Amino acid sequence: MEQIGKRKIDGMWLTVVGIAVLFFLILPTLIVIPMSFSGASFLEFPPTSLSLRWYAAYFNSPEWMSATQTSLIVAVMTTVIATPLGSLCAYGLHCSTPRIRNSVQALVIIPIVVPVILIAVGVFSLYAKLGLNYTLTGLVIAHTAIALPFVIVTVMSGLKNYDFDQELAARSLGASRAMALWTITVPQVKFSIQTGAFLAFITSLDEVVISMLISGGDNATITRRMFNSLRDQLDPTIAAISTCLIIVSITVLIGVQLIGRRKNIDK
Amino acid sequence: MSSAEDNTRARSLQNASTLKSEEYRERMTLFGLSLPAVLAILIVVFLPIFWLSSLSFYNAAGALSMENYERIFKSALYRRTFVVTFQISISVTVICVLLGYPLCYWLTKLSDRTAAILMVFVLVPFWTSVLVRTYAWLVLLQRNGIINSTLMSFGIIEEPLQLAHNLTGSIIGMVHIMLPFLILPLYATMRNIDTDLIRAAIGLGSSPRGAFWRVFFPMSLPGLFAGIVLVFILSLGFYVTPALLGGGRVQMLAQRIESTITVYSNWGAASALGVVLLLLALVMIWLMNRVFGLDKLFMR
Repeated sequence: MEQIGKRKIDGMWLTVVGIAVLFFLILPTLIVIPMSFSGASFLEFPPTSLSLRWYAAYFNSPEWMSATQTSLIVAVMTTVIATPLGSLCAYGLHCSTPRIRNSVQALVIIPIVVPVILIAVGVFSLYAKLGLNYTLTGLVIAHTAIALPFVIVTVMSGLKNYDFDQELAARSLGASRAMALWTITVPQVKFSIQTGAFLAFITSLDEVVISMLISGGDNATITRRMFNSLRDQLDPTIAAISTCLIIVSITVLIGVQLIGRRKNIDK
Repeated sequence: MSSAEDNTRARSLQNASTLKSEEYRERMTLFGLSLPAVLAILIVVFLPIFWLSSLSFYNAAGALSMENYERIFKSALYRRTFVVTFQISISVTVICVLLGYPLCYWLTKLSDRTAAILMVFVLVPFWTSVLVRTYAWLVLLQRNGIINSTLMSFGIIEEPLQLAHNLTGSIIGMVHIMLPFLILPLYATMRNIDTDLIRAAIGLGSSPRGAFWRVFFPMSLPGLFAGIVLVFILSLGFYVTPALLGGGRVQMLAQRIESTITVYSNWGAASALGVVLLLLALVMIWLMNRVFGLDKLFMR
């Protein structure tokens, strides 16, 4: 009896801690949403009056709008370039010898874990020589390089679960390599490619440290502007912008989850 | 042996060798498909880092020397940066383990469906911009923020606590950012532990506590270790949250590197700091690769 009582207490203790940690994770993430609708001229929680004034401040500000535009253009371009390049790379690696595959794979994963400040300072000095700082091209190139690893890793894991003999069968029946790749393999790893594209988009959109150094002037990204503004004061406009960014992130997350579910049903 | 037989054998050998060389050529062509992406990563990520690292071995006069390293290890300012960086990274990692392990363990005891729903609480922050979450903490922790006003209205404290713009604020914010990086690999490992083993241990006379510590816990160690290393590496080089929540009072390595370049234009010292940070990160990555396998961590 005593044993069972003790286990119950253990279980309760665990539940309480578990729930507390979940709230610790989610509440600060979502708290800016109600605050962004506040009618007061300073940040308050809970908001005493509701208004859309901070959204109006965001959408009517030419600086914020230009920064938003820059970020969206760069994120879309990064996705458009990184997704096909990364997918081809994953396919090439998947088909090459295990030795090449393992060493190149390690090389490709390292940028995910290397401190981003080092990449940022490096790119900044490289761009200083090439005159690419403060340009859209420079931003797209840098974001593509850091988004590629995510695309490669996701597509490679998709290829791992794909039965490669299907492509061989198509080729033995007369399809060319390119045709077999396009009509047999690509449709079957489509979901991994889509997940990779989502990851590339969000990686670029949310990137702060590299953008802080290499973007500026007319081509400042939204994250750079937010970072600089947060250094000085707590402008409630940021709550409205943050809410928009959270909505984008959650949309992307739902997209990835839906893709994952469809993938599982297909199996 | 007849010469005809010899001929056939020679031909099949020749066939095998052409096949092999053709296969090799094909594999190389396919590997060529990887080149654009690999080159992009090499040129944008690796090349500048190597070039920067080489800068650290030249002094201001342009001669080869270890001056930069001597300076960063002798100067009290830089030593302080290293101490603060390790202090914060270790505290963040320890707190993440204390919060993350019980959560993951609790999730494994729930049904797959419930656990999957609750994982949304981990995934939403994980996918939300670091900047947005740091902003939220700035608002929560400020002098007249929610946390201080709540504590004061309950009469727990009389004066508002100094929570933001210092070490405490940086650590709280960083734990929030890093926790999902501990939870994801740890939870994946725990989910794969066969619960029958725990039941078997209890059936064979172990107490539930004994079964946990002697069966479940050791089996969860690879995931825990991967999470710890990941959190620790990312903390060592973290920039955004300590820069904003530290309020200029907390200077970690990444901020010191940035300010040494943008404020003081001292590329030699900054690159020496960068090399130290890089070496620390690479040792951690190597360790993690040995224990968990980098590809397993990122491929699910």
